[in-house]
Amino acid sequence: MTKSRHLAAIRAAFPLTVPVLCGYFFTGMAFGLLMYSGGYPWYWAALCSVCIYAGSMQFVAVNFFAGGFHLLQVALMTLAVNIRHMFYGISFIDRFAAMGKKKLYMIFSLTDETYSLLCSAKVPQGVDEHAFLFWIALLDQLYWIAGTLAGCIAGALIPFDTTGIDFAMTALFTVILVEQMEDKNNRLPALLGAAAALVGLLVFGADSFLIPSLLAATVLLLLCRSRLHKGGER
Amino acid sequence: MTSPVSTFGALAIIAVTALCTFVTRAVPFAFFGGKKGSPAWITYLGQVLPPAIIAILVVYCLRGITPTSYPFGIPELVSVAVAAVLQKYKHNNLLSILCSTVLYMFLVQTVFHS
Repeated sequence: MTKSRHLAAIRAAFPLTVPVLCGYFFTGMAFGLLMYSGGYPWYWAALCSVCIYAGSMQFVAVNFFAGGFHLLQVALMTLAVNIRHMFYGISFIDRFAAMGKKKLYMIFSLTDETYSLLCSAKVPQGVDEHAFLFWIALLDQLYWIAGTLAGCIAGALIPFDTTGIDFAMTALFTVILVEQMEDKNNRLPALLGAAAALVGLLVFGADSFLIPSLLAATVLLLLCRSRLHKGGER
Repeated sequence: MTSPVSTFGALAIIAVTALCTFVTRAVPFAFFGGKKGSPAWITYLGQVLPPAIIAILVVYCLRGITPTSYPFGIPELVSVAVAAVLQKYKHNNLLSILCSTVLYMFLVQTVFHS
């Protein structure tokens, strides 16, 4: 009975997740390749995708493995980069609460993409809602892990010059920034962030400007709140 | 330069990153449940911080550029421009990332090879 319940849920969830399959498989692959080209063992990459499971953050974490970061810096940067996730759960407080044992996994796996799928997903008739939501979340993570492993394997099997492949991370953030700039409300915050980063880079140098710049940007944004406040738009 | 971390160091980094990521995702379930919702300044930060942080991360990724000496950051700036323009007109993440990364690899491996 439970088995057929899950099969029905997978059958209903899979088509919805295909766009995420494409995105996650190849982004995960870029992460795997990046870890491989950094000389890190494949199981570090796999462990990241299983336990951390956060796209942009894992790309930032690749830098941590190179050494020179205090764990407190790691924690601060993770909180800063992932702070947007704080707002995803708000829409699901009641729905996840009803999911019992699956609730923890649903919270853990609430990435940008899974969030947007869950927001728009309509439970088909005759399909168990909880199993349906759970499988959307789990399938997405499986694509991400599969992509990561594929990246490690590709790096090991196809010996090519990977010099410059770390640019994938720069490209990823550039692409996200361009998408955010489509919304006029995001332009001033992005400009403030860029200014905080450039000033920080000049003052603190390339190795240690990130945290001061993140803090400065947060303070600046709070100070500009009355000017930037969007009165509950979006 | 610093040397890569040990296996233990890597496990610690993964654990801290995983824990902090989970914390950011779990916050609303721990604090903002019920009828009151989240405080206004938190909602405000949630709207304005993401673009600011992504802009900072772009600068962070480009921190290794030396504008005063060869190759003057040309491969980076050209590839970032290609990624941005492609994304602006095609809105296809995969296409923009793939094309600009391949271009960058080509530039640093052949054109600006030192």
